[in-house]
Amino acid sequence: MAVPTDEEINYSDIEKKYQVKLEEGFDNILVVDGVPIIDRSKLDKLLAKIAKEFTRKGSAIKPEDIAVPWNEQTGKNTGYIFVEFRNADEATHALSTMNGHQFDSRHTFVINRFTDIERFANVEEKYVEPEREEYHPKEHLRAWLADPQGRDQYVTYRGDEVTVRWQGKPSQCEVAYSNPQTLRTELYVSWSPLGTYLATVHRQGIRLWGGPSFEHQARFFHPMVRLIDFSPNEQYIVTWSNESIVITDATPVGPQYFSAEDEGNNTAVWDIKSGHLLRTFSISPPEGEGKKQMAWPSLKWSPDDKYVARVTPGQQISVYELPGMGLQGKKSMKIEGVIDFEWCPLGDKDREDAGKASADGKGAKKVRENMLAYWTPEVANQPARVTLVNFPSRATLRQKNLFNVTECKLYWQNQGDFLCVRVDRHTKTKKSIFCNLEIFRVREKDFPVEVVELKADTVMDFSWEPKGERFAIVSSNDPNLGNPGPGITVKTDVSFYQLDRGKNDFKLLRTLSSRTTNTIRWSPRGRHVVLATVGSMAKSELDFWDLDFNTDDLGRREGQKEVDWGSGIQQLGVADHYGVTDVEWDPSGRYLATAASSWTHRLENGYAVWDFRGLEIEKHLLDFFKQFLWRPRPPSLLTKDQKRQIRKNLREYSRTFEEEDAAEESNVSAELVALRKRLVDEWNAWRTRCMEEVSNVIRVKGKKVETSRQDEEREEIEVWVEEVIEQVEEVVED
Amino acid sequence: MNRRLSRHERSLTQIRYNKDGDLLFSCSKDHVINVWFSHNGERLGTYDGHNGTVWTIDVDSQSRFLVSGSADNEMRLWEVSTGKCLFVWEFPTAVKRVAFNEEDDQIVCITEQRMGYQGAIRVFDVNRDDGRNQDTEPTSIFHPIGSKPTVCAFSYMPGMILTGHESGKVALFDAKTGEEVLNNERAHMDIVTDLQLSEDRSYFITSSKDKTARIHDAKTLTVLKTFSTETPLNSAALARGAPYVLLGGGQEAMSVTTTSLRQGKFETRFWHKIFEEEVGRVKGHFGPLNTIAVHPAGMGYASGGEDGFVRVHHFDESYFKAKPYGDIEILD
Repeated sequence: MAVPTDEEINYSDIEKKYQVKLEEGFDNILVVDGVPIIDRSKLDKLLAKIAKEFTRKGSAIKPEDIAVPWNEQTGKNTGYIFVEFRNADEATHALSTMNGHQFDSRHTFVINRFTDIERFANVEEKYVEPEREEYHPKEHLRAWLADPQGRDQYVTYRGDEVTVRWQGKPSQCEVAYSNPQTLRTELYVSWSPLGTYLATVHRQGIRLWGGPSFEHQARFFHPMVRLIDFSPNEQYIVTWSNESIVITDATPVGPQYFSAEDEGNNTAVWDIKSGHLLRTFSISPPEGEGKKQMAWPSLKWSPDDKYVARVTPGQQISVYELPGMGLQGKKSMKIEGVIDFEWCPLGDKDREDAGKASADGKGAKKVRENMLAYWTPEVANQPARVTLVNFPSRATLRQKNLFNVTECKLYWQNQGDFLCVRVDRHTKTKKSIFCNLEIFRVREKDFPVEVVELKADTVMDFSWEPKGERFAIVSSNDPNLGNPGPGITVKTDVSFYQLDRGKNDFKLLRTLSSRTTNTIRWSPRGRHVVLATVGSMAKSELDFWDLDFNTDDLGRREGQKEVDWGSGIQQLGVADHYGVTDVEWDPSGRYLATAASSWTHRLENGYAVWDFRGLEIEKHLLDFFKQFLWRPRPPSLLTKDQKRQIRKNLREYSRTFEEEDAAEESNVSAELVALRKRLVDEWNAWRTRCMEEVSNVIRVKGKKVETSRQDEEREEIEVWVEEVIEQVEEVVED
Repeated sequence: MNRRLSRHERSLTQIRYNKDGDLLFSCSKDHVINVWFSHNGERLGTYDGHNGTVWTIDVDSQSRFLVSGSADNEMRLWEVSTGKCLFVWEFPTAVKRVAFNEEDDQIVCITEQRMGYQGAIRVFDVNRDDGRNQDTEPTSIFHPIGSKPTVCAFSYMPGMILTGHESGKVALFDAKTGEEVLNNERAHMDIVTDLQLSEDRSYFITSSKDKTARIHDAKTLTVLKTFSTETPLNSAALARGAPYVLLGGGQEAMSVTTTSLRQGKFETRFWHKIFEEEVGRVKGHFGPLNTIAVHPAGMGYASGGEDGFVRVHHFDESYFKAKPYGDIEILD
């Protein structure tokens, strides 16, 4: 094939493409139209006036900077002038301040850049149809759920690397995605609540990634963003920065970007699918108590993504309706003294009902309205109060008065069945503090409230069993509580409570006393719970407990007998992860991950994965390890009947699984043996080469090649030692 | 089975077996060099004379001469059998590493970079006929440019010196010209703390504060194997007659209090040389391990710790019999 010479190749297309656009140098010149038409006698006066007007608006110019084109035939000017500024920035400023300026009653300035005039003049007259973009099929955002082995994913952030991995059987743990060129972050990573998107935080804003190859999905331009929060159904995202939004000339214009009216705010709400900015707020961390952390999320979403609410402490709760982000009902809920509130989560049943209702067209069954609970402290003569309100009807459902309250905390069970209010109360003298749990049974008529008295204990952690009727608390009487110091471990008690269906109250199941536990982690499927000592350098225990050890999963829901009250609680295992900072269950409840993050300390950073019995599956010690996050799963699509069917045929399934496991095991060991053989062969081959070379070198040196050690004569020295132990002289008498 | 030799007063800096494996030499920060019977841990004698931390020692293959380097800026030559000091070389700075060559007729030594003096590598010829009559001037001296050397040894190639550096570099120098013939800048990410040769000097193992130990080809400086642990390493040795490497280290003395002892950082770790897998650990020391030496016939090993103890271990029968990876022949 003949290679074309340089002259033969036509480079014109490339040259055209890469032609350097020369700086025209007229960026500092503006064309001002709409100038009064006058004759020469008034020119000086006019120019002085124009210069003054410009200077008054902050763009200092002199009459000499103005060039006036003159129509010689009429002896008058043409109605437009050229104004030269010192530089392009000043011209830009003048353009923004003086464009549309009312010069007098009949004249309004219309200003353009000199460089633009030419461009506008050259605009093609004929309309050209924009080229149709080719359709690119997008990857399925929930493809990971279709994994044939039913594995779960997690993301790790270490050093600068963001890696997504699969967790399954030992042979199936592998990297799902890692690409340091694209998928990277500057602060941390976060999954959206249903696991569809992975968010990375950058100096310029947020990026979302999704699909099997983690393609770029969306970006939200929020400079210096620090915190993010997704709405429960992944339709919206909230971002917060500690720095106020600043609008500069470089800020692009469009629905995806901040505009002048957002200036000074620091919190933004975005639509994920369109990428549009919906609204910004100004939310500042509580002042005064400098050390107190800002409560995040500061905008709380209703579980159906329809509303987002924020509290102005002491005054009101403002609820905004999506997607318009207008105040619902045009006014906030004025509640004197309100401190905090929580939305009631939707249960699986509520979702089903909502699904049915929308399918039927008109609600066959009335769908439960959104509900929120808030509390107010003692104000003036009014006692402290916890209130349940329906929304959007704003009807008060239940109110409970409380006395001697220092602090309240609201905990909803994840199905919205129960609301527990942890009330820290003080004695009359205000010297000591004790704790009460006020439990609202939300599904029942009139919302009965029951009180669990804990006497002098301080409750450090409270946690509902997901989908269950049990909860666990960590309480403490330790005098060291509240003055943390190095080497101090607070002694705590862990107690389990369960709803007694017969008496309709919560009864103590069991207390595990004298522990160091400070963290409770329920398995997302309930039943299993891990008690962990987190954030301590001295203790780092992980205790794995089963609360239904005696009953199998099938019979559990149907009949809890009075007889085995509390006896089903059984410890499955104990483990230890030195310096643990995070403990999280995977969404299926099969694995528990613990991590020691370098954000907290620098000792033995890394992560470990355990099974639900506390057996270590893998452990990695990695310097600069920062974050471990399981990928959440959306609710199951299987109906109740289908699930029951699967449970019934469990034996069948497990048989196939066991067969698979066995086949795989033999496969793996064969592979490993082959790998080892290969390594040994490589080594031996290299060694043989080496030895030859060494003996060559020695031969060159002119010495005889030493034979190997085995032939070397081994000198054996035998030493006879004679020792006289005792000498006795005896006279033998005949 | 192990035996603990009565201790030095301060932390150990280096230990060495002689070629027959019957003697064990140890030096420490307490200025004294000891020699022990390796089979029972009885002390045979001492080599007194240094006035500073003795950083390094080496013994020739005939167990006639012992060379030592110290923080008192001296390198001394001793008669092994009598404990007499035969010769003293003086330098402007401390001696950090010494080593004999294979023929026992040359010594290489590294002196510290300090007080305006550059770090230097010197090579001396040894007069084996009359130990007291040595040349005070080195046959060659050179100053490696860049990161300073921390460890060194003669390669199997005549006149070639292997070095490990503070930056993690491993290099090969021509002893005569001082020319850097070859280097691997990224061999380690942190200080190279030890360098020990295979029996035929054709490959070597290095340990580093970057928590890894690596086996390198002595000719090409290619990294052949990597052993990644979770603690900074101070020493690495090649087992003889078995496919293992021995690694030792631990957190620095100053950060020890913040680490839990049960995490077992002060153990000798055995790794499989070929498969790069950890196969076992031996406990014992109360502080970081500073130095490990393997018996030349592979009968056992010794470790010296920050705690001032030298622990001598003899391998059990089961160590030689056990074949955890099946019956495979691996060349030493």
